[in-house]
Amino acid sequence: MIRVEGLHKSFGEQHVLRGIDVDFYEGQCNLIIGLSGSGKTVFLKSILGLHFVDQGSISFDGRILGEMGKKEMKSLRQEMGMVFQGSALFNSLSIEENVRLPLDFFSDMTLEEKAERVRFCLERVRIEVDSFGKTPAELSGGMQKRVAIARAIVLNPKYLFCDEPNSGLDPETAIVIDQLIHEITHEFGMTTIINTHDMNSVLEIGDHVVLMEQGKKAWEGRMDEVLNSDDTSVVDYVFRSNLFKKLRSALRES
Amino acid sequence: MIYRFLEGLGQYFLFLGEVFHKPEHWKEYGKSFFREIELLGFSSIGLVAFISVFMGAVLTIQTAINLSDPFVPDSYIAIAVREGIILEFAPTIVSLILAGKVGSNIASTLGTMRVTEQMDALRVMGINPASYLVLPKIFACLVFNPILITFSMALGLVGGYYAGDFLGLVNTEVYLTGYFDDFDPFYVVYSLTKTFVFAFIIATVSSFFGYNVQGGAVEVGKASTKSVVTMSFSIILFNYILTNLLLQ
Repeated sequence: MIRVEGLHKSFGEQHVLRGIDVDFYEGQCNLIIGLSGSGKTVFLKSILGLHFVDQGSISFDGRILGEMGKKEMKSLRQEMGMVFQGSALFNSLSIEENVRLPLDFFSDMTLEEKAERVRFCLERVRIEVDSFGKTPAELSGGMQKRVAIARAIVLNPKYLFCDEPNSGLDPETAIVIDQLIHEITHEFGMTTIINTHDMNSVLEIGDHVVLMEQGKKAWEGRMDEVLNSDDTSVVDYVFRSNLFKKLRSALRES
Repeated sequence: MIYRFLEGLGQYFLFLGEVFHKPEHWKEYGKSFFREIELLGFSSIGLVAFISVFMGAVLTIQTAINLSDPFVPDSYIAIAVREGIILEFAPTIVSLILAGKVGSNIASTLGTMRVTEQMDALRVMGINPASYLVLPKIFACLVFNPILITFSMALGLVGGYYAGDFLGLVNTEVYLTGYFDDFDPFYVVYSLTKTFVFAFIIATVSSFFGYNVQGGAVEVGKASTKSVVTMSFSIILFNYILTNLLLQ
């Protein structure tokens, strides 16, 4: 479990995170939603330790970020996997080398064991063996995202972070990516945190949904609670579009 | 302006501190080093060869025309060409050209990696991006640039010889003896010392600008241009300082 308590973060005069308290649970897809500029990405990067926080604490199964020594921090890093918005694959490396990189740095596996693990992860995200030697530029956006997921899970992490994994993808591929993350989370019992704007993701895989508004947690609940909630923040955010307004009234009538 | 310069200089040294942080996985750095040698070194051979041969030829033609006096032996032309190539053209001019080619490549590559979050990806994995991405580039430049410059010296002299012969400007036998007359091997040491310093400037300054890009594609382009301008200024400035220190 990841516990966040009283988190504050500012950039100069701009107070981006204003005291967030939230728990993210193991074996669940924890979704962070909110308007652009609500502080979702800063929040995610703060949890990852990419931003130093001004106030508050973040703990990973009791281990507090910022109070750990170098060794502990290094071992925690190896328990984290991250899928970036733009995939962030290394263009100079092949798909196989991209996925193998964390193993090259942090495992004592033999070459054969590494190759086996890389194959397992790539096949798990449904990448064909023919594509292993290709460079990221030769793949479609959806395939790049799948390779990024494979790289994120190659060290068998306890915590998986995804920053808008569906952005720039067509609806069909977006569903495939969502399902993949959901399956992997449950299969490996990971604590997964996903930043998203995609309401489809919220309703499909949101085991735990956190709505952020102006750097604060405005609401949290399960995916089935989203459509029935009368909370003004949720209503304002989710039911802005006519489609969702109609969906909501239809659900309520039924 | 002075404040901004000092602030930038401070950031540059802090960056170097991060880069020279002790690597924990030498094997991976080794692999990366050989990739950089190929990317930054071997890919420049053609350009350096072409420029060196023709610059040697031009130097010979210009010197021969300016020293066309029956009382000045052709060996003097060769000495002038030799000194010009070894002391200045190969180390300084070729380094300036490499600053444009290699430096802009480094700055734009690192800048792109920054804006596409590849550096964040490394950091999340627990890998120090400054050290992993920049250190192999510095070593590749430090190892390969002196080789390129030595190659440039040799080809410049060859180009000069053949131009003189082809255009009938010099007596080739006398000219060739001039290449070895009063040769001071320290000039090569001086030249390679400069090359070493310039290689460090090219690798670190371009990496500094690329590594610290913030924004998008436009900022990557700006960083690449800024890095080439800063490298050119630095190379010219250090050329003056090193010449003063080593030759006086």
